[in-house]
Amino acid sequence: MSVDEANLQEIGVLEPDACDALIPSGAAKLDAQNVSAWFGRKKVLEGVSLVMEPGKVTALIGPSGCGKSTFLRILNRMHEVIPGAAVGGTIMLDELDIYDDQVSPTRVRKRIGMVFQKPNPFPSMSIEQNVLSGLRLSGATSDNRRELVEDSLQRAGLWNEVRNRLGEFGGSLSGGQQQRLCIARALAVKPRVLLMDEPCSALDPISTGVIEDTIRELAEDVTIVIVTHNMQQAQRVSNNCAFFLIEDEGAAGRMIESGPTKALFEDPQDMRTAGYVHGRFG
Amino acid sequence: MSHQVITLPGAGHADVLSVTHADEPKRPRSWSRRDVVELLLSAVAAAGATGTLFVIMDWRSLVAATIWWFLLFVVIYRIEVGANHGPIVAADRMMTATIAAGGLICFALLVWIVSFVIGKGLPALRPGFFTQDLSKVGPLNPGGGALHAIIGTLEQVGIATAVVVPLAILTAVYLHEMKGRMAPLIRFIVDAMSGLPSIVAGLLVYTIWILQFHRGFSGMAGAVALVVLMLPTVTRTSEEILRTIDDGLRESALALGAPQWRVIARVVLPTARSGLVTAAILGVARGVGETAPMILTAFGSPKTNLSPVTSPQSDLPLFVWSLIRQPNATQIERAWTGALILVFLVLALFTIARVLGEASFGRSRR
Repeated sequence: MSVDEANLQEIGVLEPDACDALIPSGAAKLDAQNVSAWFGRKKVLEGVSLVMEPGKVTALIGPSGCGKSTFLRILNRMHEVIPGAAVGGTIMLDELDIYDDQVSPTRVRKRIGMVFQKPNPFPSMSIEQNVLSGLRLSGATSDNRRELVEDSLQRAGLWNEVRNRLGEFGGSLSGGQQQRLCIARALAVKPRVLLMDEPCSALDPISTGVIEDTIRELAEDVTIVIVTHNMQQAQRVSNNCAFFLIEDEGAAGRMIESGPTKALFEDPQDMRTAGYVHGRFG
Repeated sequence: MSHQVITLPGAGHADVLSVTHADEPKRPRSWSRRDVVELLLSAVAAAGATGTLFVIMDWRSLVAATIWWFLLFVVIYRIEVGANHGPIVAADRMMTATIAAGGLICFALLVWIVSFVIGKGLPALRPGFFTQDLSKVGPLNPGGGALHAIIGTLEQVGIATAVVVPLAILTAVYLHEMKGRMAPLIRFIVDAMSGLPSIVAGLLVYTIWILQFHRGFSGMAGAVALVVLMLPTVTRTSEEILRTIDDGLRESALALGAPQWRVIARVVLPTARSGLVTAAILGVARGVGETAPMILTAFGSPKTNLSPVTSPQSDLPLFVWSLIRQPNATQIERAWTGALILVFLVLALFTIARVLGEASFGRSRR
């Protein structure tokens, strides 16, 4: 908990939150049990149970529209931002139920960060301000901003490229650099889990390689969940893998199979998984 | 050195268009000297045809002649380019000529209005015009100025803008960011308000403020009428600006653990800054030239009145409106000079706002 939050709690503006009971840093376990999702009346995801182990990279694969991204957005309560979106089941971040009434979604999102498909640094802010934006936006303070900026950019693998141009606008970077800036921005709030929604789909192969290296290095102290359409990428970066599929037109997406990546790709237990990972459909 | 011969594919008259060096830069669709000659020839031919037509028919109207000339020009140009370069180039050139003509007409109108106002207003423009008012000069004496009107316009429009801009941006935030339940109703009311005739806004303030509450005419009453007129313009423009901000930015900010009000205050509004300045400019442009509601609210006065809250106050549109109807040349001359100052005041405000708005982040590379 930051100094700012403590002050706000003292004067009674901010209620103490169950989130504060959590250990502030280090990779955490995410445990989804029987998760379903709806948009309005339409059920888009049904009964997904998946444990995302701490300090590991979990990849979610499957054809378009099978509910991978929806599932990912449920994991940090971004799903409910969409009007008409509803969710069922439980998500545990270590010992904390993130959908508990006592837990505010903004605090959950501070602990479970997210990187989106399209790189989108804030255009009104410099590179440095972008990295620090998470602090400013969540009302937290930091004692050593310089250090935090350098550390976050280092971990995102961008420091050496931008160390002399921290005052420039984020929009002046290339697409791959912008995406790494978004990763640095997400890391600066010290999340315990990082969710990535097809982070490389808008990037060229070289930038993709750099980001995959970054993902592997990050996994030591942040749990990573990544949605990807690229099966080679899933094999390269992930420890565990989960395969999602919609079986019939108009039905809800389900998780078909999950397990260690190697096993899932080399010895899938389900026919449908085998068909997908061997490129027979999807 | 290799040479390349470019011919038009499929053209029956496959004559050699140009011979260039292969590595010489050549921009497709660029204009050569020959193209300019074609354009001028068509223009002259059209002028000749128009002249003949008007002599035969014994027509006199210059406007009609211009329209006839332009239509004939387009037809002749189309045929000429079509014969020389084929149908694709002809269609392209014809559309270019038509669109350029549209742009020229708009620009010419602007130049005409501004030069007209300058021509009429410049003779009476002296330094004293900015430092004196009309309280001590008679209608026939030289001297006097528009200081009182300039002060009035700045105060009235300034107060109205200071009220409208925050209110309009907050409303736009409610309409597009909060997407509250009342949003469709409010949008409907704002749209309806934007069609409100300005004299009705003046009557509203006159009836309530001046007749009902006996506040008397004042610059403030004028400012209230301006608020009613400017609010819908600025609100709707601001909402359209917010609509252009990428939703990804909002989602990223939310995903960093930001409450919605911080997403709006620190990401959405700063990103939209330049556009919101434009919205405010459009509002000022709407308000600064309003005359009708000011007759019923600020009323006008020949004296300098620094206070917007007590007693009648003039402004530039009122200054122009009251003097241009006078029978003597001195007053009419003053009116034109007032109009000139109004035009350049608006121009100065626009320039300042543009500079402030653009001095933000550089365009992102995409």
